[in-house]
Order: sequence, then C-alpha cells, then structure tokens
Amino acid sequence: MGRIAALTRNPVMIALVAMLAIAGCASKKTPNSAADLGLNGAGAATPGSAQDFTVNIGDRIFFDTDSTSIRADAQTTLSRQAQWLNQYKQYAIVIEGHADERGTREYNLALGARRAAATRDFLVAKGVSASRLKTISYGKERPVAVCDDISCWSQNRRAVTTLSGAGS
Amino acid sequence: MRSFLKPLLTIAAMAVGMTAVVPMPAWALVELNVNKGNVEPLPIAITDFQGGDALGAQISQIVTADLKRSGLFAPIDKSAFIEKITNPDAAPRFEDWKVINAQALVTGSVSKEADGRIRAQYRLWDTFAGQQMAGEQFFANDANQRRVAHIIADAIYERLTGEKGYFDTRVVFIDESGAKNARKKRLAIMDQDGANVRYLSDGKSIVLTPRFSPNRQEITYMSYESGQPRVYLLQIETGQRELVGNFPGMTFAPRFSPDGQKVIMSLLRDDGNSNIFAMDLRSRSTTRLTNSIAIDTSPSYSPDGSKVVFTSDRGGRAQIYVMGADGSGQTRISFGDGVYSTPVWSPRGDLIAFTKQTGGEFQIGVMKTDGSGERILSSGFQQEGPTWAPNGRVLMFFRDSAGGPKLVSVDLTGRNEQSIPTANFASDPAWSPLLE
Repeated sequence: MGRIAALTRNPVMIALVAMLAIAGCASKKTPNSAADLGLNGAGAATPGSAQDFTVNIGDRIFFDTDSTSIRADAQTTLSRQAQWLNQYKQYAIVIEGHADERGTREYNLALGARRAAATRDFLVAKGVSASRLKTISYGKERPVAVCDDISCWSQNRRAVTTLSGAGS
Repeated sequence: MRSFLKPLLTIAAMAVGMTAVVPMPAWALVELNVNKGNVEPLPIAITDFQGGDALGAQISQIVTADLKRSGLFAPIDKSAFIEKITNPDAAPRFEDWKVINAQALVTGSVSKEADGRIRAQYRLWDTFAGQQMAGEQFFANDANQRRVAHIIADAIYERLTGEKGYFDTRVVFIDESGAKNARKKRLAIMDQDGANVRYLSDGKSIVLTPRFSPNRQEITYMSYESGQPRVYLLQIETGQRELVGNFPGMTFAPRFSPDGQKVIMSLLRDDGNSNIFAMDLRSRSTTRLTNSIAIDTSPSYSPDGSKVVFTSDRGGRAQIYVMGADGSGQTRISFGDGVYSTPVWSPRGDLIAFTKQTGGEFQIGVMKTDGSGERILSSGFQQEGPTWAPNGRVLMFFRDSAGGPKLVSVDLTGRNEQSIPTANFASDPAWSPLLE
C-alpha cells in the first residue's frame, strides 16, 4: 500500500498503479518510470507531451542518504531527460529537490536545494539551456512515500523534473 | 479577539503587605540542580481561590497544572486537605497542612471589581516555618483570566525555586492536518499549556519554522506562498505581513537578533549551497556572515547578540559551529559521534540545545557553548527542533510518532517529559519570551 500511496501525487502514476493493480503484478522494484515497468509499449502518450516525458523518459531521479551526487542510474535518466528536453524546447522546466524525513527541517531544505541544483547542472552540461531551468526545494515537506522505513525514504530522496507548461 | 496581545495595562501587581515577608534564601524549599540525581518534587497544597464562583476553582486548577508539569512540585490531592480555608487572608492552621506533608500552601481569593475587572490575590505559606512567604494581588480583564493564573504560578515558582517562571508565555507552532503526503500546515499560536489556540494562516501554502521577536508582537517564518520559499515577518496583532528582503533564491531558517533589529537566515546560492546572512530590519542592509561551499543554516544568536551558533556540513556531515556576530572566527564545537543540527542558544547564555542523529535515533540534547559537557535529554525515532523556555530550564520540541508530529517538553534533567496538548498534529514550536 505504501507504494500506491507513494504515487498518488502523480496522476499519470495513478493510472499506472491502477493498471498494475489490475494486472496483479506489483513490482518489487521502485518504479522509476513506465519504461522500467515495461508499460511504454501502450503508446498512450503523444510524443513530446508531458505525459510522454513522465511515462517514457522518467521524470525523477533518486539519491543516496544525505548525498547530492548523481548516481549512475540517475545519470542515465537525466541523459534521457536532456535529450528529450533538447528535442522539445517549448517547455520551461522546474526541478524540485526533495529530502527524506531522516534529517532536520532546515537542513533538509538546504539538502533539497542542493539536489535540485546538482540535477540542473547535469542537465545544463548535457546541453539544456540554463535559462529554461528553475529549481525549488521542498525539503522533507512533500514526501511521496509515507511509510516509516527505508523503502519509503529512498523514494523520497529525489529530484523531480517538472514541465511548467509549454513556455514561450 | 486579538485583545490577548495588547499590552496588559489592566494587570497590576502589588504586594499584599499585612504579614511581614521573612527573608529567606530563594533555594530554601526547592533546589534546582540539573546535575543532581533525582530532584524530589516539593509537596504543595493549592487550595481553591475563594469567591468568583467557578473562577476561583479554575484559577487554582491552572496554577496546579502549571506547577505540576514543571516536575518540581507535587500538588497534593484536595481530598486530603484537612483545613477548609474560609479566610484566605488569615494564617492557616499550619499543623493541619504539616500533617499531610504540604511543605508549601497556596491560598487566594478572586472577586469582581465595580469596573468589571477581576481582582485575584494569592498568599504562599511555608507551613513548616509557619510563615507567609509571598503575597500579591493582580487585576485583569475577563479575557485574561487564564493569564492571571499563569502569573500567579510564575510568582510561586520564582519564590520557591529562585528561578524566573515560564508559565505566562505563548508558543507559535505549525498546526498540521491531513495525510502525510498532503499535509496542510498552518501557523498557529497558543498559551504554553495548549490553551487559547489561534490560527495565523489559512493553510493554502506550506509554512514553516515560526520564531518570536523579542517584543513578542511579531514572528518571522518561512512560507511558500509566492512559489519560491521565502522568509516573512508577521505582525501578530494586525496580521500584516511582509517579505524579508528581495533575494533571487530561497531564504529560510530565520531568527531574530536579541534586540529584534535583525533577522538572521540562510540564503540559497546559485550553486546550490546555502550561506548565512543577517538583515537589518530598519536599514534593510544585509551582511553576509558565511561564504562556504557548504550548507550553512539554522543560525541562532547568543542572548547578548555577540555570537551566532549554526549548522554546517563544511566538514562533511552536519555539525555545530560558533562564530562572531560579524562572521569572524568560525569554529566547530560539536565532535560527538553523529550528525548535529538545529542549534539554539539558551536565553541564559550558558547552553546550546541541538538535535543529534545517531544510531538511527534522533536525540534532543544540550552542550556548553564551547561544545563540552554534552547531555542527551531525550531520544526517539524521529524528533527535532528544540526551543527554550525563557528561563532556560525547559525545552520544547516535536516528536513524530503514530502518524504525525506532536509537541513535547522536557526539563534540563531530562526526566520530566510532558506532552503538550494540541488539537491536531503540531511541529516547529517556538517559545515566546515572558509576556509583560
């Protein structure tokens, strides 16, 4: 249940979770994107749409405890993101940095900010224009996963690349 | 509705003089020593105040609750009382109180004045010496009934311990409701015992970390209302809000300087690190105090304003540092096994309270201002954010358990943990100075 609750903030993910529930095959793996779940064959998302980005590219990366370094798996995701963002240049981008609850409030605000900046810097290095990118930290204020153990904390230590609507 | 913070011109105190107050050392009845083993709470009898219908009993009840929660007093059950006090101004039958081991006795009365004000007076008796120790009277308007009781409790506490009380104080905090992944957070203020809650924000934006100005009329806090999280000032009385500075990025972790003229806070750099700045509220000039490629946050001034304690991870993991108020001489003071954050300087100047993470636990502790003498007062799965009572003897913090955070207080012995009643979940408490 934790995982389902974990995903309810994201409408696309809700749909996916519903599909998973019907299929009765909840994955043990942290669902990083629909691609990881093998669901991108459905072809539901229009290429270049926000849904395409979330479902087929993966909108979030995860961090180790109290760390802001971009892990190897995250680098793969961000490289995919950069490629997509460079193709669809109409979007402005806000990167949300988040922390798990295993830190104090103010420190975690700073930690989330640093994660968002590290993510931004990676995307810029991959050619995404810095002028399209903004960051915001939510510290530990917006957990997606709400259990009290490691499986949830690891999902909450994240940076989420959000498309803030088609920009100019 | 906002009258509670108006200057209390209606409360006036004067000694009730008839019986000579015998000078005795302030520590005569209760000794406060945080290093001593068990402090035996002092048995005290608090009789219902005479007159005023239910009000007399209510005042006695509030005084009793305050003193009991301090952990230093053991109020005696009224059913054990032998003498029924009928004239609170006359000397009691001390034998009747000694027999039930009441070392101190409180009598009092309350009445309505012709102008509608309440007059409350109390007398504190040392039953074994057979003498009055203190006596005062107070006038208050109806809205301040509870305050009168807290003021009396403070007077008794001070007379018996030699320390200032902390009962006539308030706490600002964040009221939390709703599911953990969709928490509604509202600024709220209440009396230190959980009474008289008022909400200061509507819950539409995330609000965090409110802190009192030394003048008690104003708070500084952080809000997401503009999209980007920023530090604000709020006049409690008028509801008037204002942004503190106009910085490009996130500002957070605000606190007032002891003179109320500055707000010190963290400012996010473009490289993702955070540094500490102080902003003069009159001139609006800002001073950078730290300039490290690290997280520098949670600054807190020493009570004389000459130093600042803060959290930094410049050494790898978060630790506590002290610097001059101008940013000079930045020195690490925490060296224990764990991660340290949320340092807060005691209003007495002698200690720094902190949150420490070690062994999968969150601990609330205190250390001397040079980092020595660390003592852990409370350990738990998830707890943080100590704030000092104005007398520097009690801390309040929040503990997350059973689905959400609640407020807890603990004294410097670490033995007297008390939960603070709140209607919803509650976090980020900040204790006011003593009211005036």
